[in-house]
Amino acid sequence: MTGRSRNINVSEASRPVLPRHARLKFDETRQVWVILAPERVLAPDEIAVEVLKLCDGVRSVGQMVDELAAKYLAERGAIATDVIAMLQDLADKGFLTEAREKTS
Amino acid sequence: MTPTLTDAGVAASDPSDGLAVLENRGSTAEAFGIPLAVLAELTHRCPLQCPYCSNPVELDRGGSELSTEEWNKVLSELAEIGVLQIHFSGGEPTARRDLVELVKHASDVGLYSNLITSAVLLTREKLSALAEAGLCHVQISFQGNEPVVADRVAGFRHAHARKIEAAKWTRELDLPLTVNAVMHRQNLFQLSDIIQMAVDLDADRLEVANVQYYGWALKNRAALMPTVAQIEETSRIVEEAQARLKGVLAIDYVVPDYYALRPKKCMGGWGRQFFNISPAGKILPCHAAESITGLEFLSVRSNHSIAWIWRNSEAFNRYRGTGWMKEPCKSCEFREVDFGGCRCQAFALTGDAGNTDPACTLSPMHERIFKLAEQEAAAADNRFLYRNFAGGTLETGGDHGA
Repeated sequence: MTGRSRNINVSEASRPVLPRHARLKFDETRQVWVILAPERVLAPDEIAVEVLKLCDGVRSVGQMVDELAAKYLAERGAIATDVIAMLQDLADKGFLTEAREKTS
Repeated sequence: MTPTLTDAGVAASDPSDGLAVLENRGSTAEAFGIPLAVLAELTHRCPLQCPYCSNPVELDRGGSELSTEEWNKVLSELAEIGVLQIHFSGGEPTARRDLVELVKHASDVGLYSNLITSAVLLTREKLSALAEAGLCHVQISFQGNEPVVADRVAGFRHAHARKIEAAKWTRELDLPLTVNAVMHRQNLFQLSDIIQMAVDLDADRLEVANVQYYGWALKNRAALMPTVAQIEETSRIVEEAQARLKGVLAIDYVVPDYYALRPKKCMGGWGRQFFNISPAGKILPCHAAESITGLEFLSVRSNHSIAWIWRNSEAFNRYRGTGWMKEPCKSCEFREVDFGGCRCQAFALTGDAGNTDPACTLSPMHERIFKLAEQEAAAADNRFLYRNFAGGTLETGGDHGA
């Protein structure tokens, strides 16, 4: 079996990343960000794009929340709740996975 | 906070059409935006002989296929005009010796690439080279869950075992895998086992696609048409599995439209969000479009650009939108929901592609088609006409699989 985990539970410790089959890309023709996936093209909204760009498999969700809270001078708790809910939703739809451990 | 993910449904007949969202945001395309995904049928050559093959009955010979340079030019042009995904299909795309080169070129110009394959010609080295070239996704067709049924349907010995092996390599190489299972009367009894096979192969997606009856499948309709009872059972099995496997395996389900009440929104509407390119370079509104006689399809070898052909060619405009419709489509409240169903099916069954697809209950032909399907399913004539360049070969007793 591969190291990929499905059905991840997003927490502040998670280090989410887009799986290989999902590519976040700026579509020059239509001037919009898209997620490319098998048989699908999705148009994430601006907030989702901002969060997805931070999902590099290195940053933890906690660090992402810190960055967003600082950038938008918003209350950390509220941002954390929103970001985790959003990432969980993306994970449930198969557009996020957990970064793999490098030990294997 | 739930992210807004507008689904643009690509080639699937997904009615939640996010295409409008994408097209409305400063697209350079005019009335009909350039499709998000394009199907490249690289060749009609294939070692398998499936009786429901979606290729036309008149297959393009190897000698007429576009060259590597021509395909590369096409891929560059597609990326340039705003196509995002390329599906490499066939025939059997791995029968092309230049497949790795084409995948590499698609990656270089920024296209997301899918390989739609029977997998029987793949080796681990070949698959590895494709992954290296940037291939994003592999879809492998299965004809059953075990060799007896599967190899007979494919008309190819040891096909099933090779597919299983290739599916394992796919996952070992960390490529996402879709299992495509084309279903019909003679393999529907295996559906639960096919679903489990997809889970065991660690597939991400499973397409449970009932046969659509054009071309080769239409010739084999009597051998393939399921019974109403089978379809009811199929829907039940799929719904149960979709709920049980949520987050493990995504299951897309294509229903057989002979037994439907409303026709499918075929290709998302003619010339609306999809085109494919035939091995010889013709730009087609769907892979069966050449079955409609009297339409002239232009080629990438013509002196027109792909975008011009898409927007301006007579064949694409003939059945676009709703202006071409006759009654009962013309005044129907669903005319922009399903666009009158499938033009190829309307042509095959009524002789006029401008008629309502007989899959629709509002078609005067519907009752007759439904009854015919029921009768053919009950007659249980199971002999296949295998697909090949010679116009088909009838299955002989006991000896199948070339």
